[in-house]
Amino acid sequence: MRREPPRSLADYAPIAFPAIMLLVFFVIPFSTMIAVSFFRRDPAGFYSRDFIFDNYERFLSAFFGGVLSFSIMLAIVVAIICVILAFPFTWLLSQASRRVQIVWLVAILSVLSLSEVIIGFAWTTLFSRTAGLTNILVWLGLMSEPHALMPNFGAVLTGMVYQALPYTILVLYPAIVRLDPTLMEAARTLGSSPLRSFFNVIVPAMRSTITATLIMVFVFALGSYLLPQMLGRPQHWTLSVLITDQAIYQSNMPFAAAMAVFLVLMSLAFVGLTLLVGARKGAEA
Amino acid sequence: MSATALRRIIFTFVGIFLAAPLVVVAGVSVNEKQALTFPPQGFSFNWYQQIFTDDSWRAALINSVTLAAASAALAVLMALPLSWFLWRRIAPWANVFRLLGVAPFILPPVITALGFLTFWATIGAYGQPWTAAISHAIFFITLPLVTLSLGFASIDRSLVEAAATMGANDRTILRTVVLPLILPYLISGFAFAFVLSLNEYIIAYMTVGFTMETLPIKIFNALRYGYTPTMASVSIFFVVLAAIIFSLIARFGDLPKLLGALSGGDK
Repeated sequence: MRREPPRSLADYAPIAFPAIMLLVFFVIPFSTMIAVSFFRRDPAGFYSRDFIFDNYERFLSAFFGGVLSFSIMLAIVVAIICVILAFPFTWLLSQASRRVQIVWLVAILSVLSLSEVIIGFAWTTLFSRTAGLTNILVWLGLMSEPHALMPNFGAVLTGMVYQALPYTILVLYPAIVRLDPTLMEAARTLGSSPLRSFFNVIVPAMRSTITATLIMVFVFALGSYLLPQMLGRPQHWTLSVLITDQAIYQSNMPFAAAMAVFLVLMSLAFVGLTLLVGARKGAEA
Repeated sequence: MSATALRRIIFTFVGIFLAAPLVVVAGVSVNEKQALTFPPQGFSFNWYQQIFTDDSWRAALINSVTLAAASAALAVLMALPLSWFLWRRIAPWANVFRLLGVAPFILPPVITALGFLTFWATIGAYGQPWTAAISHAIFFITLPLVTLSLGFASIDRSLVEAAATMGANDRTILRTVVLPLILPYLISGFAFAFVLSLNEYIIAYMTVGFTMETLPIKIFNALRYGYTPTMASVSIFFVVLAAIIFSLIARFGDLPKLLGALSGGDK
């Protein structure tokens, strides 16, 4: 059957329900949030209608600047570590048999779907004094007595890498699977060692994929809302944690909304960058 | 060093990293006493029984499963006509709705959560259980949308053409040719949305956090008052459930192909 443009009203009928749902329950809430970011805080309720810029002016404080630069720094470090770990792993995975690949993919998906609450809980347990990693070191005789490994920056970083690594692998996987296998064969035939061919042939061939993945993982890591709170100290809070805190615990919905609008603009800028990288990749190919 | 040895080392390292926290949680979940110790002291499955026998944990489990089933079903109900329309008709403008369906998934989840919070608060429905179901359905529509688009793309159009030549109308073709062919993609889309909704915290928290406890909310709330081994057993229960569901998808579908499409986004 050939595809045809819709003609009668009945032809449009199937799209009506999803279109209305998405407009009413995504576009309108999104616009509501933007509107609320200009409202005034009402300690007694959620907000009172107004048109003020106070919520945005609060961005100009040293405190907010600190949170913002820490969030960006943390997300960049997480993205770099994840890509460094995930790239060789995913490439080796793509070389494995289909059976091995499927077993790994099921495991990676299961970890990826884990609630951030569960990831946070699991790592607080692993880093705890009574049930943590250090107990194993004591048992092995490498340490005299167990102690807690958190809250600190290292714990936050580990938890967030754990959360983002499965995502990174799944973002890289389709691109790496599609990579032309003759590239590696050619390098090997010409006498290059596997390790050398990997770094001199595979990595440069995937340069734009790596850049796009770095940006996607960066945006993903920006979204982490519980781990910095569960594994770190207040100075390790990120923008996402702060938004949740303002909206729920400080009941300052307008300020939370202003920060969320800011986060959207920042994320969109980076997603746009990814598309640009993708477009350049398309032009090269 | 040979390539196989290198592969073994890297696979082992990633495997240990991914498994370590879960092994420890599994360990503490079988402790005999209510204490957070590892290696576990004694052995008992009591804390797994607790999920189903303790009233508050069982209520949270039922809330979570109901929410996940309702929102995944609604997500599929929205994604099916949308992806069918995009496949059947030439209507470039309709791609806007595909983009709207994928958008909440790409942006940081806090943003979508806050959007829902302000919206439900404004229309005065804040805290109603059904608001969480709609919110999750919108948030997770990406998954059935992507799997179904892949399903439609894989249909050989000559099959449909043949049915049309034999005199079948759109409705008959949909029922007898199209639906059976995309059923596996529909089921995987539902399953992905179901598992992720089960685990989702921030949107559930911002919509119904103060009126209804889902399991992730219950775990987080319980953590603030200290540790109970039930949260460990629930965590392991969730991991196992996810692994079983994804294994079933892998068993009856083409997981590498599905994942290729999922991360490829709108391509």
